[in-house]
Amino acid sequence: MRRSVSCIALIAALGIVFMAIGTMRRSLIARAQSKPESTAVKIDNFSFGPATLTVPVGTTVTWTNRDDIPHTAVSTDGVFKSKVMDSDEQFSFTFSKAGTFPYFCSIHPKMTGKVVVQ
Amino acid sequence: MAGKKKNELLHDHNNDGVDRRGFLKCMAWAGTGALCVMQGGVLKSFSLSQMSQMGSKASSPGELSFVQISDSHMGFNKPANPDVAGTLKAAVDKVNALATPPEFMLHTGDISHLSKPEEFDTVDQILKSARPKDIFYVPGEHDMLNDDGKQFLERYGKGSKGAGWYSFDKKGVHFIGLVNVLNLKAGGLGTLGDQQLEWMEDDLKHLKHSTPIVVFAHIPLWSVYPEWGWGTEDSAQALAYLKKFGSVTVLNGHIHQIMQKVEGNVTFHTAASTAFPQPQPGKGDSPGPMKVPAEQLRSVLGITDVNYVQGQQALAVVDSTLA
Repeated sequence: MRRSVSCIALIAALGIVFMAIGTMRRSLIARAQSKPESTAVKIDNFSFGPATLTVPVGTTVTWTNRDDIPHTAVSTDGVFKSKVMDSDEQFSFTFSKAGTFPYFCSIHPKMTGKVVVQ
Repeated sequence: MAGKKKNELLHDHNNDGVDRRGFLKCMAWAGTGALCVMQGGVLKSFSLSQMSQMGSKASSPGELSFVQISDSHMGFNKPANPDVAGTLKAAVDKVNALATPPEFMLHTGDISHLSKPEEFDTVDQILKSARPKDIFYVPGEHDMLNDDGKQFLERYGKGSKGAGWYSFDKKGVHFIGLVNVLNLKAGGLGTLGDQQLEWMEDDLKHLKHSTPIVVFAHIPLWSVYPEWGWGTEDSAQALAYLKKFGSVTVLNGHIHQIMQKVEGNVTFHTAASTAFPQPQPGKGDSPGPMKVPAEQLRSVLGITDVNYVQGQQALAVVDSTLA
């Protein structure tokens, strides 16, 4: 009787451990998958895509120019200012503070975008 | 393009003001080098062959001839034109072949593509072989990159004020070069700014109203297509200062196609690029370089020849393509 009880207890304990491991693995995978594809802004056809990008504090956002004409990314509040990006060139900026950061292309000012940092 | 009708004259229209239909018909010929002249509100046009007869006389005193080129974008090398140096050279050849040698040239900006020193150097080198030795520049937005136009000023801005505006006189015609590509605001258009506008008002103050005025700037001073940034926010103020003058010609670039508008005494005109064409307003996703079949490229690039005859009200503005 005691032996079967301790067997059951062992199996149960093992079961709990495996479940715990399973849950931990799943949450690790989930966190890995929710990591950024969303730190990139693609510039093409005289527009920023996505026009509004929402990222957590501390994110480095990278703009890549896929257009056949140069563009810039310049914050309207003076927070960041890229050099000119020709086709396939990039600019990165790390957002260390929360807030809303509207920006535009200083060469073609009708092009506007926004980074929301939460 | 308008092959059969090349040598046809339009009728004289004796209506008050401009005959719109005649004007539009004239505009359709512009690509073939037709000459559209407004004399006292009456539109007359002359064919190419008549023009070459007119032009073969040497310039007499009181006649002024100059050329506008624009948007050379030296450094651009994408499929829309992999050889912008070659097409600029072709434009210089065209200038040098004009029947009436122009006295000087205007470059209405986007000299370089990325504001790189070697790009400016290459343009300077190519333009050295142009017969007119005096060249007057205004910057485009591509000439202001990374340094807010410091390099442009050093190279081309001697004697200018502020971001590079200035004026000069030639044979009784008053020329004003304006800068509308600095301090552009998000979502905005071209901008002249208060300092430049005040300077312009002062510059015009003492001129007789009969003085013909030529204003040149990169971005159009009229609202061509605001959705694509093709306009200048505060140009209305500049135009108000020009209202009292009997003949005003506004020469712009930026849109890489020929467009013309007449409003009272003001003729607005945009030049073709020597580098690549752009779509007509709204006829494309975006105002970027427009690819055409390689053999057609030179037919959508060009120069603008401007002639002023003393006593005529308007300047004669003629566009011709590189091919």
